[in-house]
Amino acid sequence: MSDSVMQKIKDYIMSEFLPGEDPDELTPTTPLISGGILDSIATLKLVVFIEEQFGVNLLPHEVDKEHIDNLDRIVLLVRSKNPTVA
Amino acid sequence: MAAGAGLEQGFIVSARQRPQATAVVEPGRGTITYGALDHLSDRLRDRLSSLGVAPGDRVGFCVRKSIDSIATILGTLKAGAAYVPVDPQAPPSRAAYILDNCEVKVIVVESGLAERLFAELTSLGAAPAVILLDSDKNAGAGLREALDLLDRASVAPPMDSASNKPTDLAYILYTSGSTGKPKGVMLSHENAVGFVDWCSEAFTPTAADRFSSHAPFHFDLSILDIHVCLKHGAALVLIGEEIGKDAPRLAQLIADEKISIWYSAPSILALLGQYGNLRSRDYSALKQVLFAGEVFAVKHLRTLCELLPQPRYFNLYGPTETNVCTYYEVVPPVPPDRTKPYPIGAICSHLQGRVVDERGVDVTRGAEGELIVAGANVMQGYWALPEQTAKSYFKGADDVPWYRTGDIVTEDETGCYTYLGRRDRMVKRRGYRVELGEIEAGLYRHPNVKEAAVVAFADDQAGVSILAFLSSREEKPTSLIAIKRFCAENLPLYMIPDKFTWLDSLPKTSTDKIDYQRLKAMR
Repeated sequence: MSDSVMQKIKDYIMSEFLPGEDPDELTPTTPLISGGILDSIATLKLVVFIEEQFGVNLLPHEVDKEHIDNLDRIVLLVRSKNPTVA
Repeated sequence: MAAGAGLEQGFIVSARQRPQATAVVEPGRGTITYGALDHLSDRLRDRLSSLGVAPGDRVGFCVRKSIDSIATILGTLKAGAAYVPVDPQAPPSRAAYILDNCEVKVIVVESGLAERLFAELTSLGAAPAVILLDSDKNAGAGLREALDLLDRASVAPPMDSASNKPTDLAYILYTSGSTGKPKGVMLSHENAVGFVDWCSEAFTPTAADRFSSHAPFHFDLSILDIHVCLKHGAALVLIGEEIGKDAPRLAQLIADEKISIWYSAPSILALLGQYGNLRSRDYSALKQVLFAGEVFAVKHLRTLCELLPQPRYFNLYGPTETNVCTYYEVVPPVPPDRTKPYPIGAICSHLQGRVVDERGVDVTRGAEGELIVAGANVMQGYWALPEQTAKSYFKGADDVPWYRTGDIVTEDETGCYTYLGRRDRMVKRRGYRVELGEIEAGLYRHPNVKEAAVVAFADDQAGVSILAFLSSREEKPTSLIAIKRFCAENLPLYMIPDKFTWLDSLPKTSTDKIDYQRLKAMR
C-alpha cells in the first residue's frame, strides 16, 4: 500500500516541481522543504493534492519540516490518517 | 526632530501612560504588557551597557520573532545603539557575514541557532559578546532568564536611557546586493521617526488597534508594524514564520486575534484570498489592509476585495532606503475589466519626489523616468560602502541628496505615480528585494557551475518567477535536486530559482558578455 502512496506522491512532485529530473534522484529520504524543492506555494499545492488524493485532512501544525520534509515522512503521515488507502 | 526624541520614545510614552495594556502578543504562547516590556528592555539596556555597548555601536540579534526580539530592539535603542536583525532562517554563513560586516558589539541569539552561527562567526575571526536565549521559552521568558543568569554572576548597574540624536543610527537592514554580498542600509532616528509620524497622520491608529506583525524583522515592513503600533499604545500580534505563509492557518489567526490593521507583502494576501476560506470567519475587526513590497496582481486583489469588502486598502511603495514614500488607496470593488495594476500613488506629505532622466533632468509630466526622492526618510547610506552610497544619490545644484530609487515611473496630472519597472537587475519576490546578481554569485560557488545567468519574468501565481541558466564543468550536469539543495544551503529561500536549465555554454553577445536577451527568449 505504502509503495503506491509513495509512488503517487513522488509522481506528483516529479511532474510539478522537478520536471526533467531523473526519478532515481528523488529518494524516500531526499529533503523536500529544507532541500529547497518545495517552497511555501509548492508546499500548499502538495498538501491540496494529498488531501484530495487520499481523502485525508492535514492539520496546520503537520504542514512543516518535521512531518513532510521527505517522502518517507509523508507516507507515514498519510497512513496514520487513513489506513485504508491503497 | 530634537535630541532625545529617538525612535524608542513613542513606546516609552505609551508605557508610562498605559503600563497595564497589552503591548505584544505571541499567539498561543503568551503576552506582555507595556509596563513589563519597558522593564525588560531597561534590563537589557543595562546589560548591554555593562558589556561595553555605547551610543553609536551596533547590536545584532538572531532570534525568531518573539517578545524577546521586541525587547531586544527596544533595549538596544535605549542603550543608544543601532539594532541589526538577521534572518534566523537564512543560511548561517549569510547571518554571520552581516553581523561581522557591521561589527556588532553584542549579539542576542537563541540557543537553537547558536552553534552554527558561532562556527561561522569564528571562521570570520569575529568574537562579539553574546547573550544566549533558551529557544524553548516564550513570552519574554527567554530574555528574562538569560538576564537573570548574567545578573547572578555580576549585576548590571542601572543606566539612564541614551538621548538619541536625530542623525544617530537606529537600525541597519541588510538587503540583497548585486555584488553577491548583502549590503546594510543605514537608517537614522530622524529617518525612522519621520516615517512613523507620517503613518500616524495617514492611518490614524489608536490604542484600541491590534496590528499584525507579519513581516520578519530584517524586512523594512516591520518598522511600521513595531514602531507605529507601540507609539500608539496598541497591541502587536506577532506572526511567526511557521504560520506566516500557511494561508488557512493564518486566516484563522487574523480572525481569532481580531487584527484591525494588517500589513504584508501582496503575495501572502493573494494566498489568503485563494486558500484562506475567508468567507467562513468573522473579519469585522479588520479596518485597514496595507500592502507593499511588490506589485499586487489585480486578479488576486479583486478576489480579496470581494471576500473582504469592508476594510480600506492601501498600496504602499518605497525601497528600504526610504521606507514608504508613496501611497495609494484602492477603493473596492476592483472593476471586473481592470487588468492594469493600481498606481503606487502620490508622494507622502513629508517627502518630495521627482521623475528624471538618466542625467537627472526632470522629464515632462507623463513621460517615463526614474523616481528620485528627498526628505526626512532618506537613508544615511550603505554601511562601509561609500562608493555605492555616492552612486545611490543624485545631487543637483541645490545640493539636496535625492535618493535614486532605480524604479521607472510615470506621473499623471494629479501627482500620482505609476510603476513601470526597474532600470537594473533587481526584482521583488514575495516582497523581498532580490538582486539577480546575488543569485548568480551564489550559483557560481557550486564547484560544478562553470557559468551562471539568472533572468526573471512576471508570473501570475508567484509574482515573479526566476530562471537560472547554467553550464557545467563536468560532462554530467549536477542533478536538479542537488542544485536546489545547494541553493537552500547558500541562499535565502526566496532567492532559489524556480527553474534550472543546463546548457553546453551560455549564449554570448558580440562583446563576449552573456546574452540575457537570448536567454529570455529561451524560457
